[in-house]
Amino acid sequence: MSPARPAFRSSPVRWLRENLFYNVPSAIVTLLLAYVAWSALAPFIEWAFVNAIWQAPDSKGCREAKGIGACWAMITEKHRFILFGTYPFEQHWRPGLCILLLLALYVVSAMRRFWRPALALVWLAGLALIGVLMWGGIFGLAYVENERWGGLMLTLLLATFGIAFAFPLSILLALGRRSDMPAVRILSVGYIELIRGVPLISLLFMASVMLPLFLPEGVSVNKLLRAQIAIVLFAAAYLAEVVRGGLQAVPQGQYEAADAMGLSYWRKTLLIVLPQALRVAIPPLVNTFIGLFKDTSLVVIIGLFDLLTSIKVALGEPAWNGFGVEAYIFASLVYFTFCYAMSQYSQNLERELARGKAHYLREN
Amino acid sequence: MIEMKGVNKWFGEFQVLKNIDLTVALGEKIVICGPSGSGKSTLVRLINNLETHQKGRIVVDGIELGEDLKAIEAVRREVGMVFQQFNLFPHLSVLENLTLAPIWVRRMPKKDAEELAMQLLNRVRIAEQAAKFPAQLSGGQQQRVAIARALAMRPKVMLFDEPTSALDPEMIKEVLDVMVELAQEGMTMLVVTHEMGFARTVADRVCFMDEGEIVETGKPKEFFAAPKTERAKLFLSQILGH
Repeated sequence: MSPARPAFRSSPVRWLRENLFYNVPSAIVTLLLAYVAWSALAPFIEWAFVNAIWQAPDSKGCREAKGIGACWAMITEKHRFILFGTYPFEQHWRPGLCILLLLALYVVSAMRRFWRPALALVWLAGLALIGVLMWGGIFGLAYVENERWGGLMLTLLLATFGIAFAFPLSILLALGRRSDMPAVRILSVGYIELIRGVPLISLLFMASVMLPLFLPEGVSVNKLLRAQIAIVLFAAAYLAEVVRGGLQAVPQGQYEAADAMGLSYWRKTLLIVLPQALRVAIPPLVNTFIGLFKDTSLVVIIGLFDLLTSIKVALGEPAWNGFGVEAYIFASLVYFTFCYAMSQYSQNLERELARGKAHYLREN
Repeated sequence: MIEMKGVNKWFGEFQVLKNIDLTVALGEKIVICGPSGSGKSTLVRLINNLETHQKGRIVVDGIELGEDLKAIEAVRREVGMVFQQFNLFPHLSVLENLTLAPIWVRRMPKKDAEELAMQLLNRVRIAEQAAKFPAQLSGGQQQRVAIARALAMRPKVMLFDEPTSALDPEMIKEVLDVMVELAQEGMTMLVVTHEMGFARTVADRVCFMDEGEIVETGKPKEFFAAPKTERAKLFLSQILGH
């Protein structure tokens, strides 16, 4: 019999002693850093919570408290404009419902037990419903043109459609880049290198300013749609390189084993290669998704009203002029919430998918 | 079953196979041996078109291998292959590894495919591992699963490319036992191996290869007792000498 592994006793006191107060110099450093952290944090807590003004009908009280306490009243007052932009005020329940619908779709798609073909139908139905709610014009809903869509709703729409279309396109591009067919390969490489070499801002500019010049007279593509297309094309080029990295991590033997059993190219790709390649690529994929989510804020330059633009416009009102710190802290919190959720989800997914990798030796 | 006539293959400037002529009849078991780099693996991989030849004719089960993708896929459906590195699909369970090809290539209903898979796993004595993932198995177990996976397509020919070379010594026997049983059931087999015990037990013919040529072919008894060529003598003395 092998000797029992000694038990490690752990307690908060022991942890403190080992990690923070190991010896005299370490104790001094700990105390010093604690002091620095406290002296930086204390004023902030005082400003953001203790002295903050949470509600006020106008900005008078806020102006008096400026510099002493945060004016969250600005967010309380303007939250509907920030969330929904210039959407007609009395119709705000519509984009509100749409945000909830989108969040529900995210949550359902995140659960692995719902990963089946029917999920695509759920998405189609969900997006159709969102379209009906946002545009209206039927079922007694007033018509709202999409020039008036805005705020958080617009940010979520741009990001969701951006990822939903760019991801499949990027897989095709990555496969094309490794294709045996020279024409497909050259096109894919050309596309990826060309788009990657251009900043998103200039793509957005081209989509909004140059594209209409090339279209025949009378034909006009919606501004929102043009921005969406630019975002999809841009993200696809980046994602394609991430997917390619995953494809390269699949050993040659896997391709050979699939070939040897007579699987066709597409079956081999869908059943054997992509499941392994995308698994490896989860961390960089999510990294790119997070970047894309934040990049949607660049649509400000072509005059679309996303979350950040709404905040900027709200700040432009004379009453709330000068409360930028509060407004941007709020915007950061919203962006952070979504990005952090993505990051946590990807880590869970990685852990879950790694179960099959438990090694023989560890189990026997 | 398999007919190779005047087959030549080059990797760039380097000629790996020179004028290979080889005919394998239904039910025949051929062992191919030879020093490393002699072209053994390449020869076996030509038969299911994992490598392509540049000159000569290869006909498998009445279908000639060439540019035609449909013909290649037809041949691959009838030819099972077992690799040195097992090449199981790590993201699928053992059972799913076995049912994948029958379901997607043979269009077998899932239930039938699973039944067949369990039969085969029983046959290679590993049925209790069906729900595990490949990485949770030992090398010998993985290779037995790989054999069962190839058999799940009900192939007419089985190719083995050094099936025991990547295994720890104590696991070689469990894999060879399965292969011997398969041979005794009458499967047509082409086996690249240095396991001379296996060759003695089951092979109808031993082909000795060196520098891209089949130098010598003979019944195992004759080949091991009295190799005709100097190169074969040298090779045998090297692998049997220790």
